[in-house]
Amino acid sequence: MTTRLKETDAVLVGMGWTGGIMARELTRAGLRVVGLERGGDHLPADDFALPGIRDELRYVQRLELMQDNSADTITFRNASAEQALPIRRFGAFLPGEGVGGSGLHWGALHWRFLPSDFRLQSHLTERYGRRAIPAEMTIQDWPVSYAELEPCYDKFDRLCGVSGKAGNIRGKIVDGGNPFEGPRSSEYPNRPIKSAAPSLMFAEAAKGLGYHPFPAPVAIASAPYENLEGLTLGECQYCGYCNRIGCEANAKASANTTVLPVVRGDAKFDLRTRAFVTRLLFDRAARRVTGVVYTDLRTGEEYEQPAGLVILSSYVFGNTQALLLAGIGEPYDHASGKGLVGKNYCYQFEAGASAFFEDREWNPYMGSAGVGMCIDDFNGENFDHSDLGFFGGGYFFCGPAAAPPIAGRDVPHGTPRWGSEWKRATVKWYHRFARFNTQGSVYANRENYMDLDPTYRDAFGRPLIRMTYNGTENDHKMSRYLLARLEGIIKAMKPTHYDMHPRPRDFTIVPYQSTHNTGGTMMGSNPSNSVVNRYLQSWDAHNLFVMGASVFPQQHGYNPTATVGALAYWSADAIANQYLKQPGPLVHA
Amino acid sequence: MSDTTPRRRFLLGAGTAVAAGLAGELPRAARADAAAPGAQAAPAPSDGPPHAAAPSRRDAAGAPAPEALVLLNETEAAFVTAAVDAFVPADELSPAGSDCGIVAFIDRQLASEWGGGARMYRSGPYHKGKPEQGYQLALTPRQFVQTGIAEANAWSRAVHGKEFDRLGAVDRVAALKAMEEGKAQFQSIASRAFFNMLLDLTMEGFFSDPAHGGNRNYASWRMLGFPGLPATYADRFEEYRDKRYVAEPRSMSDFT
Repeated sequence: MTTRLKETDAVLVGMGWTGGIMARELTRAGLRVVGLERGGDHLPADDFALPGIRDELRYVQRLELMQDNSADTITFRNASAEQALPIRRFGAFLPGEGVGGSGLHWGALHWRFLPSDFRLQSHLTERYGRRAIPAEMTIQDWPVSYAELEPCYDKFDRLCGVSGKAGNIRGKIVDGGNPFEGPRSSEYPNRPIKSAAPSLMFAEAAKGLGYHPFPAPVAIASAPYENLEGLTLGECQYCGYCNRIGCEANAKASANTTVLPVVRGDAKFDLRTRAFVTRLLFDRAARRVTGVVYTDLRTGEEYEQPAGLVILSSYVFGNTQALLLAGIGEPYDHASGKGLVGKNYCYQFEAGASAFFEDREWNPYMGSAGVGMCIDDFNGENFDHSDLGFFGGGYFFCGPAAAPPIAGRDVPHGTPRWGSEWKRATVKWYHRFARFNTQGSVYANRENYMDLDPTYRDAFGRPLIRMTYNGTENDHKMSRYLLARLEGIIKAMKPTHYDMHPRPRDFTIVPYQSTHNTGGTMMGSNPSNSVVNRYLQSWDAHNLFVMGASVFPQQHGYNPTATVGALAYWSADAIANQYLKQPGPLVHA
Repeated sequence: MSDTTPRRRFLLGAGTAVAAGLAGELPRAARADAAAPGAQAAPAPSDGPPHAAAPSRRDAAGAPAPEALVLLNETEAAFVTAAVDAFVPADELSPAGSDCGIVAFIDRQLASEWGGGARMYRSGPYHKGKPEQGYQLALTPRQFVQTGIAEANAWSRAVHGKEFDRLGAVDRVAALKAMEEGKAQFQSIASRAFFNMLLDLTMEGFFSDPAHGGNRNYASWRMLGFPGLPATYADRFEEYRDKRYVAEPRSMSDFT
């Protein structure tokens, strides 16, 4: 028996970064908004406080803030010919759960994509010829340009109190920043986080080789900061507990700290936690959605929430699954290449290294992602791919990356994993290692996609999302190239010992790699190449908007969150200033 | 020691001997009786024993008393004790794993919701899959470890004539290496997977906050030079950018 609730103006499915931004922008536009979140609430003052927040076992190892796989998961296989099996506990990637979502436990690296990334297909064709892009590489232009999105990037920067050093302000190259970045309308809200010793060594070595080092941009305030909502963010304490954990200092940005405190006090906003949305209600004839059905996980009761607007603001997998189950858009069929929902699933192709320095004494547990230094010389189209046999790239990062002792230790390859010799090596190297990463892009391939699994179901009987993914030849070549360049810098740092960590041939869901899953509901210029239009509006239901990295046509060589936040502001602006005045398609096909 | 020695007494004897034999050689900071934390650079702990959640009961001789185990039976506890003492042997850097509380830690973890498979997708059908697809057994972590112990002991009996914990030190290390390399043939589960689970749990017990029962007296944090809490370094980060920061380690328990 489903209880039908009173209609609301807008319902949000998921209360992470995009749900938080939409809640604020839509209530500001005068709408009554219901926010549905499958997990519980997370109130920083109660939940992210000393001493309990410093519990590496609870958060980093036991994954307190991550999705509960007993309710649902996804299935995985490397290739279409294989049998997909359920990921019984997430490992390679860790979507979050509860208010704040994955934007709560993130490392807060905060990057913009390059102007050329937004017109990737056109750019590669212009620069390398009409036949340069292989047929199986299904990359596309974004339907929005960097210049159009820049004010939204800027707005999201000022919501988060991002710390960093600009390299390009309105076209003028600025010393000390990233000279490859697109023009920024202003300097970063906060000065960079202080750099760690190995990061500074990396910067010096990179500079010596003619590269262009700069401090990592992070959504972690380096000083107390009043954000554009009038909320005060704290100063980074260099505690070393960023990844997978909430921030006790209120310095690492999340929806919980930067925007939700404002909407929580707004009578037009109604937050319902432990509300698991199982169905999107689609009126095919009217070409609109009418609301959602959800189960209250505390009581088991099922509710229908009618709504004038539905915003899908869950993770990549949930957004794609909701459209496939509702029959909105044509499912992607990899054999024929037809269909769009589930197409262009991409990931982040990271590979790295460790280096050890006998004569140094560092404190690797002090810091945050922001203590790292980067170069962007080998990202996107910042370098010439004419004779390389691949496209794409990624930024390089060096830092201690914060190292609590369960997961943050490192010893040279070949050291025993246990016993007295292991102990001696652990003690010797804990204060003397540096870590490196290359944030490789993933350019879409027709063999990598998502669809509904024919066998496995979630706790509500719904088919799970099935991921078919493997590293492509293009991306492996790209990654090997980046690692070879990285190795040159590491050698110049003169370590006692170093180990390169190339990617294995086949993608595996076991060790953690990156929670940068993208695609499945991609945005594009018309209904024949995309699921949503440039305002993230569904081509098939004009009152349905899809948020997050599921709209990326491909994944570039940067962390996705800054672009996710900017797109939410971009879409919210179109809803408030165009759609509400005249509901209907914002782009005519 | 004969094979008929009851295991519980065997465990007690081993732990005490190790503690007594090494106490004089350990660095002062690593000794069991050096537990009182200084008050350097941290708020004063509240009243009461500083290690309320990290049991530190002692017998009359001052040796650590054994933990009360809530899950593992004597055979299982003996196995885990022998394994963690090989993984983390008593030496100049730390006491043996069992004297650091790692057996009690593993016991608690396996008894916890996590050990019971909470937050894990547990619907069938079950297929072996390929390594890239990760763990695909129907067993919870608790069942997996208990099954692994029984199968490891069966393998040890077949190859060495006795159970793992009754082997001499050299044979124990050889047996663990055989499991680590996947050369030990267990009846149903992969010996390497079992080994990895046991090693991961041991490392978690050694390095996690003492509030969880392992890392007793901050053994691993002292060994590494990791200060623990409160971890607020904004005003020290630059000063200690290129030199060792030293502070008496503090646990969550010290601030509770």
